[in-house]
Formats: sequence, structure tokens, C-alpha cells
Amino acid sequence: MSSHYTPPKYDVSVDPARCRLCGRCIENCSYDVFRKSGDKILTYPNNCVVCHRCVAYCPANAIQIKKVSTPYRDHPIWNNEVRQDIYNQARTGKVILGGMGNIRNYPPIFDRLVLDACQITNPSIDPLREPMETRVYLGKKPKKLEFTGKGDDVELKTELSPNLKLETPIMIAHMSYGAVSLNTQLSFAKAAKNVGTFMGTGEGGLNQKLHDYTDNIIVQVASGRFGVNPDYINRGSAIEIKVGQGAKPGIGGHLPGEKVNKYISETRMIPKGTDAISPAPHHDIYSIEDLAQLVRSLKEATDWKKPVFVKIAAVHNSAAIAAGIARADADGVVVDGFRGGTGAAPKVLRDHVGIPIEAAIASIDQKLREHGIRNEVSVIASGGLRNSADVTKAIALGADAVYIGTAALIALGCRVCGKCYTGLCPWGISSQKQELVDRLDPEVGARQVQNLIEAWTHELKELMGAAGINSIESLKGNRDRLRGYLLDSNILDILDVKTVGA
Amino acid sequence: MNAKGSESILIDATGLDYRQLNKKVRGAVKDGKRNILISNVLGQRFIGDGIDKNVEIKITGTAGGDLGAFMDGPVIFLNGNADHAVGNTMSDGMIVIHGDAGDCLGHSMRGGKIFVRGSVGYRVGIHMKQFEEDYPTIVIGGSAQSFLGEYMAGGVILVLGIGRDEPVGSYIGTGIHGGVIYVAGEVDDSDLGVAAKADDVDEEDMKVINDLVDDYNLYFNRKVDTKGMRFTKIVPTSSRPFSNLYTNE
Amino acid sequence: MCGIIGLLNKDGKRIDGRAIKRGLSIMNERGNGQGAGFAAYGIYPDYEDYYAIHVFLDNMKEAKTNVEKEIERWGYIVYSEEIPTNDIRTFEREQIPYRYFFKPDTRKLLGHNYDEKDAVVKMAMRINSKREGSLVFSCGKNMGIFKAAGWPEEVADFYRIENYDAYMWIGHNRYPTNTPGWWGGAHPFGLLDWSVVHNGEITSYGTNKRYVESFDYKCSMLTDTEVVTYLFDLLVRKHGLNPVLAGKALAPKFWKDIDRLPQKERLHHTALRMAYSSAELNGPFAVIVARSEGFIALTDRIKLRPLVLARKDKTVYVSSEEAAIRAMEPDLSELIYPTAGEPLVETLDVVV
Repeated sequence: MSSHYTPPKYDVSVDPARCRLCGRCIENCSYDVFRKSGDKILTYPNNCVVCHRCVAYCPANAIQIKKVSTPYRDHPIWNNEVRQDIYNQARTGKVILGGMGNIRNYPPIFDRLVLDACQITNPSIDPLREPMETRVYLGKKPKKLEFTGKGDDVELKTELSPNLKLETPIMIAHMSYGAVSLNTQLSFAKAAKNVGTFMGTGEGGLNQKLHDYTDNIIVQVASGRFGVNPDYINRGSAIEIKVGQGAKPGIGGHLPGEKVNKYISETRMIPKGTDAISPAPHHDIYSIEDLAQLVRSLKEATDWKKPVFVKIAAVHNSAAIAAGIARADADGVVVDGFRGGTGAAPKVLRDHVGIPIEAAIASIDQKLREHGIRNEVSVIASGGLRNSADVTKAIALGADAVYIGTAALIALGCRVCGKCYTGLCPWGISSQKQELVDRLDPEVGARQVQNLIEAWTHELKELMGAAGINSIESLKGNRDRLRGYLLDSNILDILDVKTVGA
Repeated sequence: MNAKGSESILIDATGLDYRQLNKKVRGAVKDGKRNILISNVLGQRFIGDGIDKNVEIKITGTAGGDLGAFMDGPVIFLNGNADHAVGNTMSDGMIVIHGDAGDCLGHSMRGGKIFVRGSVGYRVGIHMKQFEEDYPTIVIGGSAQSFLGEYMAGGVILVLGIGRDEPVGSYIGTGIHGGVIYVAGEVDDSDLGVAAKADDVDEEDMKVINDLVDDYNLYFNRKVDTKGMRFTKIVPTSSRPFSNLYTNE
Repeated sequence: MCGIIGLLNKDGKRIDGRAIKRGLSIMNERGNGQGAGFAAYGIYPDYEDYYAIHVFLDNMKEAKTNVEKEIERWGYIVYSEEIPTNDIRTFEREQIPYRYFFKPDTRKLLGHNYDEKDAVVKMAMRINSKREGSLVFSCGKNMGIFKAAGWPEEVADFYRIENYDAYMWIGHNRYPTNTPGWWGGAHPFGLLDWSVVHNGEITSYGTNKRYVESFDYKCSMLTDTEVVTYLFDLLVRKHGLNPVLAGKALAPKFWKDIDRLPQKERLHHTALRMAYSSAELNGPFAVIVARSEGFIALTDRIKLRPLVLARKDKTVYVSSEEAAIRAMEPDLSELIYPTAGEPLVETLDVVV
């Protein structure tokens, strides 16, 4: 105890009437909340992170977790969280680290956008019985097509750049091997293959066990260049240069040493137990023309056979940056909004830096159109997309496709407790401890993620059909099918969306 | 088929809009006329709409949309082509078209028969219905285009494909959960809609087909011979093809 | 709802507007008196080298002065006059239809990377976005659009279309879905010698509009059909696609069908969908797109709107309803029922 003692947020109790003393809670909890004492299970709730592992595995439903709070006097600005952060920093003198995405109460713009449906003036379309197309091609497209010949006997003269073919616009986001476990990545890879979409390696390299799935894997080249060798970039179906991510715009990846075991060490080529920090910028990209060099050097290294995407965090100047990326020979821009997840990020960056994905996509789409180049590159949105409605709205705002990160983890069982950086994830999702990782069966995990993507894809088709659209190209950037509800006129202008009733 | 009585009337549709024409037709029916001839029809819609008496209407010209819509009993002969939605939601009676017809013929048909000498458009027989022995029938001499029998819940459709390279289009029987579609020739599985499957016809099927072909030959004075013709039958894969799609909130 | 109709004499033989007026009026059930219009080709043989700019003027004072000032920035007005009209009692005369026979000043093109036709497009876009009391509704050579808010017979009589002889006519009977009837909103929509009539509603309009606007077209007519005109101008005139390929880009085959095509066709169709994803039209539609050489007829991929073509000797007809064609020509030699999404192109066999 100390003068900065923070009372526990949760109370964990075991009902002795129900408890069978099987000890599963003790085995399963990574945080040492439970211990046996005689014929009782005692709890130390200060450690509880509400990961739900114990509740899920107790065969007798004997465990109850309650939120408790020792009240502070209410104050509009010196709230509990603010006070506790100061106690923490006074005690430690350090930067507060957090996991997962932005926890501040900024209202999600998606929740203030509604979609259109057809009534009378044109028919809605039944996605079950009539064709409803969600196939997407990601990559560079020609400005126009040139054909030689006449009538039916024509030949395409224009050469097409390599593109990725997706059967659904939903892809699985980049989460590095290190941040997440190998079994997590295997689950994603199998799901992507079965659905006909792609997953990202993240910046942690490509473990050998994923080699069978590279037809559905995009490899990432981030500032730390972990695992980047010719084999890596040639195996991937596409390459993504990660410049930034929504959870921590302006800084690089951060894998705490606790999670750097011998396999991570081998894949990333760094000493075991050290923190794997990626530099803030790529140290060969200090300006937009440098980016063009990196894009072209990667294309040269892969004989121009792989699409190269560039991922940025959504920041104020995203639209202009995206235009620059498009002109730098990149095949697409990936933009990650301020709700993006992470295994570890300084809380202050996670919560206060970056802009919402809705605004970023809308302004990037518009800027690229103003330059007359929107149809030549792909735009991919990510950052806190929670359901098929968010996906549909993101496409209507201008995205060709989306990445889902946190949602895919939740499909595997993640409870978003936000403690990924400890390496103690009891679900085996974001830990590197083998006994924990073994808890996640990739076949089961793959099935769950596949289910999620298929269910969302079906809902997307229902929404498209209701709006009288039977191919996803006609939803892309179609702001007219959105309306803003209780959004101010400035943000409506940026989104190029009218208000409800208009 | 022949209306009883000799009460006939000839209506010249020249220059009449559909409201004027149909008012005359309904007036004739009310007056007890059993044989109504309409000449010079050029696009007037809703002819025979809602008539529930067993009258016979013979039309020459090009009929407009919704010929015989909601009708319950009359027999309509058309010497010419028809437009869209012939027999729309009809309950009973018969329509015989010496020509082609447009899209959505037999939409939501609940009974009665439609015979077309030539070809028809898209979405023919969409949502046909049946209850026990009350069922609708559609016979097409030529071809039908895509979405034939969409949402079909009952009834019989027969497509003979005479003189046409492809008797049917794609998405045949998409969403079918009752009734049967017979198509002359082979049907590629890739042309079947969701929840539809193709089977060989059996003796019972051939009896139904032969009866309908006999009627077709009679009405159109043709000699279609089913011997040597192959037929495919298209039926539902299940009565609840989409029950597995939903999970509760 | 709308009704559309067209006819083309492939030998370039000209007929007056009575036939098309008759055909269009058969489809009055498809309209509601809120708009009708015609486009006629080959009607200004004495001025065939000049662009016939048809303008709606709000008044004969500032509106006229302003638009003439703008036109003269781009070239010369060789001749101009009010378009001859009749007084139609049942008809609100909202605007004054005027026509200018115009020749672009080629000296003004030096140093720019656009040509004469682009200049005319820019001029029309400027006038129509500035809205200083005037609106360009037709700007092609040796053709003209005649439209207003009224029934087809009223509009036909208003413009005296029986006094024009054309080898190709298209017409439209409007039942507006989203905007009230105003003269500018009637079909056909035109740009250069393109004219478009359309039945249906384009659910992809938001996407299509933003696509063409990124190439300096401006959608100012508050009606989705306008964008179809610009898409054809972009794909055919600017990008050089032949009209069949342009039609295939706008109403592409389904992936399930593309996947089964032989390799060359599969590549072509995939390339069209990839390059022209934002040009793709969605929603129910039947369109007739005319230009000097002939017309293109196209329906949406699941044929939600009707369309039928017919022939008699060297004339080809197209309409929403067969009866409308028979009102123009009772004795047809062939009827053609288009397949959903397949463009049908009919062109002149001669040079006119």
C-alpha cells in the first residue's frame, strides 16, 4: 500500500455453494487472481483485467465479477481516470502504455450516418435470389482502356497492373507476429483463404507455418523492416508499406520484451527479451519523393508483379498525403482511423492523436477525384469498424475495401481487456507463452473468423439490395445513399453527405 | 372454352384510351354479352382487368400492359403481341396469345392458364401460387428469358423452346419453394437459381406435359410432337431453402 | 416511370416529327405531363458545319446578354434566332428557347491541350453552372433537342416538330422520380451531338456523378439521366472506346458469367469492370443514347425496365412498348427483344 494506492476496479467472488473446487479458474487465469486455500478459492481482484477466461471456463457458474468503485468526489475535469493516471506517473515517472484502441468518448460518426433504401421510385433487390456482387479488385487501374480492332473483334492493348481479387470487401488487418500469437495468425490465414480475401502479416515478419497461405497474405514492410528479405516480399500476394497506424500516429510499432521469445527473436532478428521498437519514420522516407523511391524499389525487387500499398494513420493532411501516395506509383492507400487497435501504444498518442476514419476516407476520396485519379488507385479503410453497417458506410464514403482488426480478434474470443502488452492473454491470442498460445486452436479460430466475415458480407448484400444496388462498385463513394443525423454542417460538408430530410 | 349464348359485340378500340375501352368492355359484360371482340388495339392496358365472369374476349392488335390482370374466369384470345404483366395476379380463366409477350407474364398467378405461341421476356411466372389442386399453368412455345419462376410457390410452367437456340436464360427457378418448371432440352446447372435443382422427368410428368402440348397444338394449330423430345424438370431443393441463414438477436 | 422511343433511317432518309409525336403519345400512361422532349438529327443542313446551341433564356434582356457574352468568349455566333414555337394554351411558357449557330475560335485553343469539341463542352458547362438566367440544352452539329415541361403532344406542337426533317428522332415522356418538372429536367439530355433518353432511376448516381465530375463535367440538371450523357462522351469520345464496349462498361456482365468466358473475353470484361467501376450504372434503366452516326440501346443487367426494337425496311425503331412502335409503323418485319445489359448499336449505312 502506498499514498498512491489505486483501489481495485472489480470484485471477483466465488460462490462457495456452487464451487466444485475443480481449480480450473486457477489454471486458466493468467493474472494470478485465484488461489486455493484449504477448501476455498480465494481471489485477489486487484489483478483482474476482466478478460472473462475464468467465467467462461468455470463449469459451475460459480464466479461473479462485479464492477466496484471506491468513489472519489465527483469533479467535471479531475475525474477518476485523470487522477489515477497522475498517481501512476508520479509513482513511476513513465509514459503510460495502453492496448487496443482509443477509449475516449468521441462520438462515432458512423453512428450518426444512416443508409438509404429504395421505395417505389426504384426497386430494392433480393440478394438471396438475384445476383448481388461484392467482388473487389485492389491495385492500380488504368485511367482508360485502349482496344484495337473493330466490332466484336477487338484486342485489349492496355496492360493491366497486378491486382488482388477479393470476393468480399472485408480483409483481416495487419497484426504482427509478436503482438499476436502464431495461432492467431494461422486462424486468420485459413479464414482468409476460405473466404477468398486477404490477411496482413503486420510488421513482425512471416513465420514459416504461414507459407501455405501466402496466396491470401499481404506482407508488411514497416519502419523496423522486421523479417524483410527477398523471400518475404516475393511470397506475399501484395506488399504494404506501413508508414503509420491509427492507434499511434507518428510513432512506430512497439513490442515489449516480455513477448519477444526465441521464435519472435528468430523471425525479427533481434535479441530475445529486448523491446522490438520500430522507428518513428522509415529512415529512408523523409519526404514524398522518398516514398516513391521505396515503392519503386519494392516493385523492382518483385519484378513489378506485386501490388504495393501504403498505410498511413488518418491525420489532418491525409487527403493531400494520399494524393502524393497515389502519384508515387503506389497501388493503393490504406488509411487507419484514430480508433485503430494496437498491442501497445502510449495512451496519450492512442487517445489524442489522429482523426476519425469517416472524415479521412471522405476527404481522401474527394481529393483523389479532384485530381482525376481516384479510379486509378484503391483506398482501404480501417480503424474500429464494428459491424457490417460500418463497413457499408465506409464504402459509401469512398473506400474500395476495409480491414478489420479488433473485430477479428473478438471473433477469436478477445474480450478487449486491453492488456495485450503484458503477454499474458489467457485466450492465446496476443500472448507468446506456448501454454497460453496452445489454448487457441487455429481450426476453430479460422471457422469463427470466417463465420464473422461471411455473416457481415451477407448483411452487406442485404443493405446493398435494400438500396437497389447489385454490385459493390455502385456503392463505392455513393454519398447520396447516406444521410447525416445530428451531424453539424461542417462535418456534413467534409463528408459530402446531406442531412436527413434533405 | 366456347362461351354459351350468341350475345356478341364488336368494339373498335381505334382512338380510345384504355379507360374508355375498358369501360365499354365492362359495360358489355354487365349487359350479358358473352362474346366480346375488340379490334385495332394499340397499346391499351388493363384489358380484361378484374373481370370475373366467364366471358370470351377476342382481341386483335398489340395489347398494352396487364392484359387480364386480376381476372377470375374469362377467356382471352389475343391475335398479336402482348406487353408486360399478362395475367398479373389472375385467379382463374385462360389467356391465349398468338404472338409473343413481354416481361413478368403470370406475375403472382393464382390459377387459370396462359398459353403463348411465341416467346416471353424476363421474370415470367414470378411468385406463382398454389393451394392443393388449385394451381396456375403457363405454357410457352418459344423461349423465356432469365428469372423464370422466381419465388415460385406452386403451379406448372412448360417451355417448349420451338425454333429457339436457348429455351431459357439464367437464374431459373431462383427461390423456388413449390411447383415445377418443365423445359424442353437440357438445362445447365449453372443456369439454375438458388434453391432449384434439375431432375429427369418421369411418367407422371410426361402425362402433364403431353396434356399441355395437346392444348398448345389445339390453340395454335401446330403439330408439336413430344416423342423424341427430352425434358428437364426443375423443382425446389427444399421447402425452406433459406431457414439456415438467421441467428437470433 | 417514363416512356422512351426512337427511330433511325439507316439510309439517312429524313422524315418529320409527326411519327415520333404519335408514337410517344401512345405512352402517355408512362408520363405525367411533367416533361417531354425530342432530339432530331440532320435538321440543320444549311448550318451543318456549325454547332447549334439551343438555350433556354429566362428573359430577353440580361439573360440573353450574359449568355451571348459567354459564347462570344469562345468563338463566333454566325446566326441566332428564337426557336420558332406555337402558343399552346395548356402549357406554361417558363422559358424562351433560343438558338445560336456557333463556330469556335480555333485560335483560342492554341496553347491548350483541348480541342474544339472540348471547348464547346467547357462553354456549355460554364454557362450551366453559372446559372445567369440561361441554360444550354443542346449543343451538337446538325441536330437539336426540343423539350419542355408538358405532355408530348404539347411539346411537339409547341416546337412545331412537324417542320423538322430528321433521319433519326428520339423522344421521351417524363414521369419524374425525384425532381419537379422543369424545362431543364426534361429529357433528352444532350452534350455535343449526344442525346439521351432514359426510363428508370440510377441508384449509382452518387458514384457516377462524382466520377464524371473528376473529369470536368458538371452535373447541373438535378436529374440522374444527365450523367449517362457525360459517361458516354467520356468513354467514347475522350477515351476512344467503341460504343459496344462503352455499353459493356456501363452494364457489365456478372462475374459469374465473366468467370466462364474464354480467356480473351474474360480479360476484356474484367478489365472493363476494373477500369470503369465508377462508371457502372446500377438501378433499373432502359436508355437510348443517340449521336450523329446512330443510336445505342441499353437496359440494366436484370432487365427491370422494358425495351423492344423493331425493323421495317431500312428503318429501325426502339421503344419501351411495341404498341408505340406500331403507332409509327403498323407493319413491322422484325421484332427484337434485347437481352438484359447487352448494348444494341444501330448506325447509318451512309454518310450524311
